[in-house]
Amino acid sequence: MTSEAAITFNQVHMAFSGHTILRELQFNIDKGAFVGVIGPNGAGKTTLIRLILGLIRPSSGTVHVFGSPVRRGKRQIGYVPQSFVADPDMPLRARDLVGLGLDGERWGFAFPNHARQQRIQDMLDRVGATRYADEPVGTLSGGERQRLLIAQALLTHPKILLLDEPLSNLDIHSGHEIIQLVAEIAHDSHVTVMFVAHDMNPLLGVMDQVLYLAQGRAVVGSVDEVILPEVLTELYGQPVEVLRINGRILVFASGEMVPLTHSESIAHGHALA
Amino acid sequence: MHWFQHLIAPGFFQSTEVQVALIIGSAVAITSAVVGVFVILRGQAFLGHALGDVGSTGAAGAALVGIQAIWGFLTGGLVAGTAVDILSRRSREREVTTGVVLSAMLGLSALFIYLITQVSSTTGVTQEILFGSIFAVNRHLVVPMMGLSCVALFLIAFIYRPLLLSTISLETAQSRGVRVRLVSLIFLFAMTMAVEQSALVMGALLSTALLIGPAATAIRHTRRLGYTMLMAAGLALLDTWLGIMLAYNSFYWPPTGRGWPVSFFIVTVMVLSYILSQLIPQPQSKRAQ
Repeated sequence: MTSEAAITFNQVHMAFSGHTILRELQFNIDKGAFVGVIGPNGAGKTTLIRLILGLIRPSSGTVHVFGSPVRRGKRQIGYVPQSFVADPDMPLRARDLVGLGLDGERWGFAFPNHARQQRIQDMLDRVGATRYADEPVGTLSGGERQRLLIAQALLTHPKILLLDEPLSNLDIHSGHEIIQLVAEIAHDSHVTVMFVAHDMNPLLGVMDQVLYLAQGRAVVGSVDEVILPEVLTELYGQPVEVLRINGRILVFASGEMVPLTHSESIAHGHALA
Repeated sequence: MHWFQHLIAPGFFQSTEVQVALIIGSAVAITSAVVGVFVILRGQAFLGHALGDVGSTGAAGAALVGIQAIWGFLTGGLVAGTAVDILSRRSREREVTTGVVLSAMLGLSALFIYLITQVSSTTGVTQEILFGSIFAVNRHLVVPMMGLSCVALFLIAFIYRPLLLSTISLETAQSRGVRVRLVSLIFLFAMTMAVEQSALVMGALLSTALLIGPAATAIRHTRRLGYTMLMAAGLALLDTWLGIMLAYNSFYWPPTGRGWPVSFFIVTVMVLSYILSQLIPQPQSKRAQ
C-alpha cells in the first residue's frame, strides 16, 4: 500500500449465499485519478461501489480508503446514484434536494441560515444548475437531475466521488456534458473519481485509468494496457477480440456479433458496420 | 347574527361532547395530515389503509374485554405493523406481506365482531368501530390523545431529514450512513399512531381519509415540503371542523335524535375540497422555456 493510494483492495473476495460475485481483487486507485469502472451487466460493479462505501463487508480481504479501513457514512466519499425517485408533484425544489447533501443524514430539521443557503447556491452555480434551482425536482430532465445529484454529493467536499452508472438514463449529449462536468471538478478540486459505466467510449478522453470487471475479476491500468485481446481473454476466460474504429473501442467475444460492453446506440441499433 | 344561528344548531359551543370532539378532532387532523404527506411521498397509502383496518381487530377485542377503543386500535396497529416489518425483511414483497397480515387480522376481527353481536343486542359498538365515534369519546381521553399526537409529530420532526433522504434515494441515504431500516421503522410507528388515532374519530374503515385526502391536495399545490405540511394540516382542520359542525346539526335532521356519522361529513367535505382543488390550476413553472 503506497501513500499515494486513495483506494486499496487487498485480496478481496465477495460471495452472496454461496455465489461468488468478486474474486481476488487486488489493486490501488491513485489519488486524484479519474477511473472508469467498466464491465458487462452482473460483473459486480455495484458490489464494488458498495464495498468502497462500507455498506457491505468483503467475505475475505480488506478495503482501505486513504490508508484506513472503510466505514459507512464517511464524509470523505461522495456518492452519486443512478437517479432519484420523484413524481412531477414532489414538493421539493432543486436547491432543497442539493441541501440534503450537506446534512441529510442528521436527525431533526435543518434551520435555514445565510451560510447554509450560500454554500448551496455556490454549488448550484458550480454545476450549472442555478437556472432551475427553484423548480420542483420531479419536473427536471435526466441531465438536470444528474447535475443536482453531483452537487449534492460534492457539498461536503469529499476527496473521492463514486458515480454509479450516471449515464444510464441520459441521452448521448447530456451524458457528454455530465462527463465533462465531473472531469472538470475532479481536476480543479483534486477529487479521485470512480465512474461506473457500461461503455468505456464516452470516457476515453477523460479517464486516467480503466478498472475492467468481468467474471468477478478486475484489471486496472491505462486503456492501452488493459483493453488488449490477451488481457481481456484472460479476464473473461474466453477468447475476446478488441476492435478500434474511428477512435472507438469495441470488445467482442470471438465469433459473436454483439459487443460485451457497449454503447446504447450499438445495443439498440444495428450499427456494427 | 340570525344567519349564523341557522348555520349552527343551538348549543353547539356549550356542548361538552362538541368541545371534546373539536379538541380531539383537531389533534387528529393535524397529525394525520403531516404524517400523510410522507405516506404519499413514500408510496405507502396501502399500508396506511391496512393499519386502519387492522385497528378494528384491536378495537373489537377491546370492546369484548371492556377497555377504551383507542388502546385496542393502537394495539392492533402496532401488532400488524411490526408483523409486516418483520415479515418483509425476508421477502421484499411488502405489498404482499401487508395483504397477508391484513387478511389474518381481519379474519380475527370478523370473529370478535360476531362475538360482540352475540353478547350485546345493539349494533352501536360495531358501528363505532367501523365508522367512528367522536361524540362518544370519553373526555378523559383528551390528554392521552393529545399526547399521542405530540409523540407522532415529534417522531416525524426527529427523523425528518434522514426520512426525506431515504424517500428520495435509499442508496444515497445508506451511503451517508443513515440507518434506513431504523428510520423506516420509526416512521411506521408514527404512522400507526396517526392512523389509529384517526380510526377513533373516523372509524377503522375511513381512518386513512384524513391521512391521504388533505396531503394529496396539498402536494399538488405546493413546491416546498414545509408548506405542503402546513397546507395539509389547514385543510384537515377545515374538513374536521366543518364535519363536526354538520354532524351536530344533523341531530335535527331525519330520523331526528340520532345524528348522522361524523365520518360521512368529514369525508364529504374532503372530497368536495379535493375536487375543487383539481379545478384550480397547479403552480406554473417560473422557468423560461
